[in-house]
Amino acid sequence: MDDLLREFLTETNESLDVVDVELVRFEQDPNNANILDNIFRLVHTIKGTCGFLGLPRLEALAHAAETLMGRFRDGLAVTGEGVTLILATIDRIKTILDMLERDQQEPAGEDRDLIDELERQAESVAPAAGGADPAEPEPEVEASPYQALERPLRPGEVPLSELERAFRETPGPLAELPAAAKAPSKANTEPGAAKGEDEKGDAKVVNQSIRVNVDTLERLMTTVSELVLTRNQLLEIVRRHEDSEFKVPLQRLSNVTAELQEGVMKTRMQPIGNAWQKLPRVVRDLANELGKQIELEMHGADTELDRQVLDLIKDPLTHMVRNSADHGLEMPDERRALGKPEKGTVRLSAHHEGGHIIIEIADDGRGLDLEKIKAKAITNGLATEAQIEKMTEAQIYKLIFAPGLSTATTVTNVSGRGVGMDVVRNNINQIGGTVEVKSVPRAGSSFVIKIPLTLAIVSALIVEAGGDRFAIPQLSVIELVRAQANSDHRIERIKDTPVLRLRNKLLPLIHLKTLLKMEESADSGSETGFIVVTQVGNRTFGIVVDGVFHTEEIVVKPMSTKLRNITMFSGNTILGDGAVIMIIDPNGIAHVLGTSTSAETADEEGTVRQHAANENTTSLLVFRAGSPEPKAVPLSLVTRLEEIDAAKIEVGNGGRLVQYRGQLMPLVSVNDAAPVRSEGTQPLLVFSDEGRSMGLIVDEIVDIVEDQLNIEVTSDTPGLLGSAVIKGQATEIIDMGHYLPMAFEDWLLRKETMMRQRAQTLLFVDDSAFFRNMLTPVLKAAGYQVTTVGGAEDALEHLKSGHRFDVVVTDIEMPGMNGFELAAAIQADPQTNELPIIALSSMNGSDVVERGREVGFQDFVAKFDRPGLIAALKEQMIGEAA
Amino acid sequence: METMMTIDASRTDALTDTLTEYVTVVIGDQLFGLPIEQVQDVFMLDGLTRVPLSQPEIAGVLNLRGRIVTAIDMRRRLGLPRRDDGVKPMAVGIESKGESYGLLIDTVGEVFKLDDSTREPNPVNLDAHLARISAGVHRLDGRLLVVLNVDRVLDMGGEAMAA
Repeated sequence: MDDLLREFLTETNESLDVVDVELVRFEQDPNNANILDNIFRLVHTIKGTCGFLGLPRLEALAHAAETLMGRFRDGLAVTGEGVTLILATIDRIKTILDMLERDQQEPAGEDRDLIDELERQAESVAPAAGGADPAEPEPEVEASPYQALERPLRPGEVPLSELERAFRETPGPLAELPAAAKAPSKANTEPGAAKGEDEKGDAKVVNQSIRVNVDTLERLMTTVSELVLTRNQLLEIVRRHEDSEFKVPLQRLSNVTAELQEGVMKTRMQPIGNAWQKLPRVVRDLANELGKQIELEMHGADTELDRQVLDLIKDPLTHMVRNSADHGLEMPDERRALGKPEKGTVRLSAHHEGGHIIIEIADDGRGLDLEKIKAKAITNGLATEAQIEKMTEAQIYKLIFAPGLSTATTVTNVSGRGVGMDVVRNNINQIGGTVEVKSVPRAGSSFVIKIPLTLAIVSALIVEAGGDRFAIPQLSVIELVRAQANSDHRIERIKDTPVLRLRNKLLPLIHLKTLLKMEESADSGSETGFIVVTQVGNRTFGIVVDGVFHTEEIVVKPMSTKLRNITMFSGNTILGDGAVIMIIDPNGIAHVLGTSTSAETADEEGTVRQHAANENTTSLLVFRAGSPEPKAVPLSLVTRLEEIDAAKIEVGNGGRLVQYRGQLMPLVSVNDAAPVRSEGTQPLLVFSDEGRSMGLIVDEIVDIVEDQLNIEVTSDTPGLLGSAVIKGQATEIIDMGHYLPMAFEDWLLRKETMMRQRAQTLLFVDDSAFFRNMLTPVLKAAGYQVTTVGGAEDALEHLKSGHRFDVVVTDIEMPGMNGFELAAAIQADPQTNELPIIALSSMNGSDVVERGREVGFQDFVAKFDRPGLIAALKEQMIGEAA
Repeated sequence: METMMTIDASRTDALTDTLTEYVTVVIGDQLFGLPIEQVQDVFMLDGLTRVPLSQPEIAGVLNLRGRIVTAIDMRRRLGLPRRDDGVKPMAVGIESKGESYGLLIDTVGEVFKLDDSTREPNPVNLDAHLARISAGVHRLDGRLLVVLNVDRVLDMGGEAMAA
């Protein structure tokens, strides 16, 4: 790109950001001529440069905006409308600049809409300004006597006379200098000179900083890192020679190096105010949109942090400020009623603390709604009611960072567009930061973000795999587990998939050397090693390495472009001993591990992604029981895999039982042909829901596979949904719905769920992930294309977002919005009021049915009555078709 | 020969009398020349870290005075067998687009000053591996010197994709 153009883009973008901020200030303080002058000057410069560079579209826009501002300067009353219009113009200019940057030429098109409006406003106010100010500098069109042009001036062009005057009035450098030198004495006597002196001061500040290419700084940083390493080596050598004459000079070198490093780090620092620059504008627009009065306070804008970090927190910060303004602050009348000032405050502050920067976003609004969060958490299956009971308030507040939990019941334009607090937290975590929330009902809430000042140096765990060392960034490491055969922590295998039992959960494992293809033979057979338990987003997995050395602060260096295609590494670094090692990227590993190694797949982007995952592939546990043909069950239904001592199986209560975790757990065989061992170990699949467990007796666990679950042949055999081809082999899909009541007759009665579908689309609403997982295959087997959601709110969101469904099947008893309310809401919307709704309930009392009919349920089916549900669905569909 | 020179001269415009200095290196049995202005340094290979999952031509990365250098195995690059005499390879340090590379070679020789006008284009039947990275051939007394085109030596991405 042309240097001139690049310079122009950088400068203009910066100027526009300032204009944004200044305009908002100006609106609040319309009599402040200094602010207006400043804005006017900036816009004028932009206009002038555009003209110089031959960018007519930008020039015309800037000109029109400048004209209107000129009117303001001449005394025209400043209106919110006018400011909005200018802001809109600034936005348009920015859009055009973006395109200019991309295409290196001004995009074609016109901005008549804005220009007309700007002109109209400028005109309309002209009479108000009256004849008081005949000197309207810009819009002058009459040609002066000196005007050599034989056409009217284009917008933005300045008559020659004007230019001449400007030249005459501008003090030359020679005249200026002595004036400035004498300024202090003059200032006392002449107010005009004082002003001149101010401007001079500004100019001096500007001259004290220079633009430096970021690459130059990066290179400097690299050189200094190298210097630090060399110094360390020298210090190491001198340490071995007790009375070396090098000692003193080396100490000095060491100090100087440290100072130099600090100095260079400083050049990467920028005030956090740069990330806040856009916020006044954001808050202003928001206030207008929401009809709220909002004051944005900013403290510590000059607190500095690494520009890389700055870039990364910009968006989360903006999101959080929006959130506070939108959800946190009440409407003015509400605030008045509470005895608060009508104007709500969002307070943003920053300060340093150790090697971190602390940013706080606080509002004096209503505080977080504890009950709403609780209800939402239960609806979305984040926690059970029992768990919530035990939680402290702080723990409950923390739930707002869990995926899929937005407490706003109404989705406003402002927030709630799919980016939740979970994304904010993830972004902050990614740069090694933390975020905490505090809230006082009716007094407001505050979020405290703590992030490291720089990303250039990170703490990393140095590990060994296949004879080489690697660095794993500490911030994604949760813990280290040493695995040994015959110990509590041993690596187990489900066919070839290594797993670790860690606190009642199965942790998927991956051997680093296998992953990196460092060994020809799959010699990952050893059951010993170190497991680096790693968390990426919501996913936890273990990286198996041969050895763990220590943690070290490493300077992250970008990889060669020839290596950047390797997603397993995020960079490389030079260790203290001078060796280069690769830095593992946990995100890359998580990606390789696939999306559903465990039931808790991240659904941070909300329900939409969850559906996509549901419809694509399912993790299936393949096992054998009672016959040589493989059988499979969705892995997400399985709580644990256990091997129990066969001798411990007891017979009682008409069935087999085993003592398991202090409770008697019923055991069920897949069919009568399946043998139950009387000695040795007996493999079990354990299913749990709400504190109850049952064990399914199997012969052998074969594998965990990731495949599309398309049931091709449905089955009439009880306990089988049908057959599907899984990894090229016909596999029977087990119907857990058949076995669960065998263990507990009321299992299904307690909760409700069911659904099915036949080439039609079906929306299935149930708060229990367990029943959702269980019934989705049942309904798929019946031919429906199923979309599952965990709550009524999500269901409505789905329906509103334009997804078309043929039928809705919903649970009735759900936390938050229940089935009745959902039905009423669906009926109330003209777009969906034709939609048949089938309720699943264990409550079959006539009053319940009656109430259901009133709100629009077409049918009622008992949760355990699966044939009944299928029949009801069929009936509905026929009714529809007729 | 005469014809050849004329063609060359016209192609390189006014460079007829220009001398280029080449650092000569031996890879396999072949003599190669690298334009001296592109060579930063020559060093003994020490402390190479292999990079799993990288292209086979990439021997690894190493620390050369605080810079991370990507080492390229020129034998692999030329489709030659590995050297198994156990001698530590030498490397020629070059820089391209702000990144440092080390080309692993067998031995480094003297610097030759050669007239550009005597450089001949690649023989049409030149081995494909060589032809890709050769910028022409100089005939010396009793041997041929293949001029390496550094940019093309480093351009492995396209080939990897085509393969």
